[in-house]
Amino acid sequence: MDDLYREIIIERYKNPLFRGELEPCDIRFEDENPLCGDHIRIDVRLDETGHVKEAAFSGHGCAISQASADLLLESIIGKSIEEIKSLSKEDVIDLLGIDLGPVRLKCALLSLKVLKAGVYGLGVAHDELVEGH
Amino acid sequence: MMDNIAVNLRADFPILNREVRPGVPLVYLDSTATSQKPWQVIQAMDQYYQKNNANIHRGVHTLAEEATAQYEEARQKIASFINAASTNEVIFTRNTTESINLVAYTWGRQALQPGDIIILTEMEHHSNLVPWQILAAEKGLRLEFIPVTDDYLLDLEEYQRLLALKPKLVAFTQMSNVLGTINPAKEMIRMAHDAGALTLIDGAQSVPHFPVDVQDLKADFLAFSAHKMCGPTGIGILYGKENLLENMPPFLGGGDMIRKVMLRSFSPNDLPHKFEAGTPAIAEAIGFGVAVDYLKSVGMEVVAAHEREITAYALDRLSEIPGLEIFGPAIEHKGGVVSFTLRGIHPHDVAQLLDREGIAVRAGHHCAMPLHQKFNIPATTRASFYLYTTLDEVDQLARGLENVVRIFG
Repeated sequence: MDDLYREIIIERYKNPLFRGELEPCDIRFEDENPLCGDHIRIDVRLDETGHVKEAAFSGHGCAISQASADLLLESIIGKSIEEIKSLSKEDVIDLLGIDLGPVRLKCALLSLKVLKAGVYGLGVAHDELVEGH
Repeated sequence: MMDNIAVNLRADFPILNREVRPGVPLVYLDSTATSQKPWQVIQAMDQYYQKNNANIHRGVHTLAEEATAQYEEARQKIASFINAASTNEVIFTRNTTESINLVAYTWGRQALQPGDIIILTEMEHHSNLVPWQILAAEKGLRLEFIPVTDDYLLDLEEYQRLLALKPKLVAFTQMSNVLGTINPAKEMIRMAHDAGALTLIDGAQSVPHFPVDVQDLKADFLAFSAHKMCGPTGIGILYGKENLLENMPPFLGGGDMIRKVMLRSFSPNDLPHKFEAGTPAIAEAIGFGVAVDYLKSVGMEVVAAHEREITAYALDRLSEIPGLEIFGPAIEHKGGVVSFTLRGIHPHDVAQLLDREGIAVRAGHHCAMPLHQKFNIPATTRASFYLYTTLDEVDQLARGLENVVRIFG
């Protein structure tokens, strides 16, 4: 019927590859989805050329939000800040490979919002951060 | 057996016939958020718009008189449903939230002084927390909280100690929308009165589910909403003792709440109209009256007994599921709400997977964040029951949860 809970999402939820904290790090931001209380913090370390060397997320949330954070961080390793700035919600949807309704879309996009707010040095993770260009 | 009641009543609720998706019937277990509506209520509102629609309390034409009579008849029905001494004590508002805000903004602003104490509880819905937080910040009040015990009950010994602080108001829920805990309201009101405090009861979950008699309780204020008791959204009630309402300043200013208006001043209308500014939700009030008729015809004792049977069965059935923990008290203190966690599975995932099978439950903090924080749980899944819930639906829930556990294995 739908494959919201396809194998990769359950697998990444149960056994994430990028879960943790980086101390110290170059970029750190955390925020929550006030609707459901999902909370995500993202830590990023850059190499000397300004590309992502390491990334980790912590916090709690549903399978969709946790799996999307894990897949997102995997996808940004080696990317430049400019490349991260150009990421949009379509990229996250592609990573997850599923169709999401408006409510669960917020879960899926929380990690990208947090990442971009951190990259831009903003105090708040706005919805506009994940809109396409 | 009791279950037959629900099986028979279900025919009155058109929505319970729908399929969520082709071949997947609806299993509606979210009545604590909002109940479904019987056709009698839907038809009454439809009839009003087709035959009687007019503005009320003014105009002498036939339609205006019919509409006014129907609106006031609804008030009469609701007053009788909660055994209010007079219809002057029954104020139409938008919902429970607005009713509580009305008391905070009128009685609270007038009667309270800096340093005064309001007692609340740790199990309140945000609607019985935030209005008092706003008022406390404005007036320099102190808020104290009756703690929730490890058994998910209010700590009445601590309540007794707090009453020694001579609070001006004790405001608490008669039934928790998360834990299902039914609080001993009559006893708590007596204790408050002995200490010289007034009481406000959040009846959003109690009035729909078991008999509530304001004169027996001796409640000073009671707030509840139509949409949780077979009625429409957009209409609720503030009950208040007449002498209190009489002395309170008006809430919103505008038409209908005035007796006389000059350019620079006004004199307020009599009760209950003093608190009903502007054109009210007329069709909704009429629908609310019919909802009350409907519940009366079933009998609130019968509703309560049915929900007890369903809840007891749900607690049994759900406790068989590995990793499931119930967040709430034992059955003898509990209404038809079962909140739970499933080890290692987020409530949103639980709710989403149940939805695939047509089962509607709620996931999140249910507008009670402080309660979840206290028990260090970010969110819970909540199944809630009403007069139309069947044992078979509880079985479907249990099977659905077993499937969720399998998927997350």
